[in-house]
Amino acid sequence: MLQIRDLSFAYPGVDVLDRVELDLPSSQLCALFGPNGTGKTTLYRCVLGVLDPAPGGTIRLAGVEVRDLPARTRARRIAYVPQQHQPPFPYRVHEVVLMGRTPHLGGVFGPSRADRRVAHDAIERIGIGELAERSYPTLSGGQRQLVLLARALAQDAELFLLDEPTASLDFGNQLLVWRTVRHLTREGRTVLVCTHDPNHVLWFCDRVVVLGREGRIDASGPPAEVIDDDLVTRLYGPVSELAAVRDRAVAMPRLELDAGAAPGRSPTVPAAGTAIRVVNGESQAARRATHDARSP
Amino acid sequence: MNRTLVGLTRHRAQPDRPDGAAAFVDVAAADRARKLVILAVAGCGLVAVFLIAVTVGAYRIPLTDVARVAASRFGLGGGGSDVQETVVVDIRLTRIVLAVVVGAALSTSGAVYQGVFRNPLVEPYILGVSSGAAFGAGLSVMFDVPGSLQVLAFTFGLLAVVLTYRLARVRGQLPTVTLVLAGVIIGSLFSALFSIFQYLGSNEQLRRLVFWILGGLHRATWDEVRWVAPVVLFGVLLIWRWAWSLNVLTLGDDEAAALGVPVERTRRVLIALATAVTALVVSLSGIIAWVGLMVPHAARMIIGPDHRYLIPLSAMLGAAFVIVCDTVARTLTTGEVPIGIVTSIVGAPYLIYLLRTRLVAVSGAV
Repeated sequence: MLQIRDLSFAYPGVDVLDRVELDLPSSQLCALFGPNGTGKTTLYRCVLGVLDPAPGGTIRLAGVEVRDLPARTRARRIAYVPQQHQPPFPYRVHEVVLMGRTPHLGGVFGPSRADRRVAHDAIERIGIGELAERSYPTLSGGQRQLVLLARALAQDAELFLLDEPTASLDFGNQLLVWRTVRHLTREGRTVLVCTHDPNHVLWFCDRVVVLGREGRIDASGPPAEVIDDDLVTRLYGPVSELAAVRDRAVAMPRLELDAGAAPGRSPTVPAAGTAIRVVNGESQAARRATHDARSP
Repeated sequence: MNRTLVGLTRHRAQPDRPDGAAAFVDVAAADRARKLVILAVAGCGLVAVFLIAVTVGAYRIPLTDVARVAASRFGLGGGGSDVQETVVVDIRLTRIVLAVVVGAALSTSGAVYQGVFRNPLVEPYILGVSSGAAFGAGLSVMFDVPGSLQVLAFTFGLLAVVLTYRLARVRGQLPTVTLVLAGVIIGSLFSALFSIFQYLGSNEQLRRLVFWILGGLHRATWDEVRWVAPVVLFGVLLIWRWAWSLNVLTLGDDEAAALGVPVERTRRVLIALATAVTALVVSLSGIIAWVGLMVPHAARMIIGPDHRYLIPLSAMLGAAFVIVCDTVARTLTTGEVPIGIVTSIVGAPYLIYLLRTRLVAVSGAV
């Protein structure tokens, strides 16, 4: 579906993306994972055609270079779900969702009844029918994120780009957003989602692309293979270890952080709880933790 | 129950519902019907204000006589007395038609600037456009270039808004505070340059220059109004045609681009159109402050922020507001109170109300 080759981008004086390669198969939920400031949003803006990448790089959508697509055509195929934000004017929820129809509008003067129907269905599918007449700025962060998802659905694109959809949401809403996004991929849409939580990547995503420091792709593939202690340590230092809880991989924070100790650079053995079984035996730290967990 | 989880429970209750199984309740259509009624009421109100304003003045003319004069102009029946003819057509209608044009233009461009800059606190005057246009008009008076008045007003109005925009842009963002400050700076720069003209000008030039600062509808002649009015109203219609794009533009550049709106081009077209109609009316009426701020705000409270409805309502409310202010200006005393004074005095309480109740909310508390 989406194929990025040799994509580089620099703001004046600052290199952001460095020869990024990315392959996103159709109908998959792919995470874009990496520290703050590694260029995830810049990558999105390149795909959306807001920014022009350095010459030589290509961004192809089903084989077609996105830069060659007219803005409207591109918008019919790629939907962008920004982080929820406060718009300056108090649009109603149904108006915000209806704006998703913009690239499909035929007439001079705004959406038709058919467009309103599509927007209505999108609202119902996301399950926010009660909110349709509410004023968008008065909604909670989670509700706004759902409205933006409904708008993307109304846009009826094949590829969705989500920018940290669960940032600043409460626990229930985070899970709701992930469940909704999984529904989208099940009906054949392709989703690329920025997220900062390795657990969300492990639990919800089909693939992960890791954008490391200096804007280079660090790793990519199925989350279970890509997310390991080495990767987390490489990106963030030795802050967590993978464990298994009820057969799910979980990135557990290293417990000495809780005890108030300064975060050390060298991996030390945590006091592993009895319920924790380490699944990823690749890294040394994990192996040691395994050993500890087994010997009481 | 936690409001944020409303969606969650609902989603659980109806998993994998097939497309469109929920009954299609067209809330948007009901909403639109309500808004069209509001527009119709506003239209009737504007006509009523217009007709009343024609009858009011130092020389009272009953509505029936106004109708008779108007009918004769269209070749129906005999006219009124010569005095009535002169007063109705040459004096009052000229003024009132100009009031409609000025009000519609300033309010529409105010709504456009607020939308394009995503900032509910801007208007032609605050952005420096009015001062720039007045400077252009002053330039035309000083150097006495025939036919250059509107062209120079537009040129310098556009220059002012472009300068303000450039000055206010910080790392690709357009913060409320810097935009308003930049507008004040550019506006006062053009006002200062304008003051130089007052210093250098002859007596006759001085009288014309002062007029632009105070603002007023009394200097315009029917010959001017006759061509400016259709051009401005055409400009307002063109802006209206872009209303949906303007809605999308208020979401922010990236989102608008992602929704297929060519951001930079749309913004340029809308700014150019708004500046053109502003400059045209400033060249006839001088600077009339606050109309472009107050009216779109009031309209937005009544009909919501969708520009497809906001722009026509702003235009009509603005027209009615300027007619009322101008009628007050010409009837309050035996002489002529500059309309800029009236709009400012009427506007101040509203702006105070806005400041105390809504400013923090709408400006994101900056």
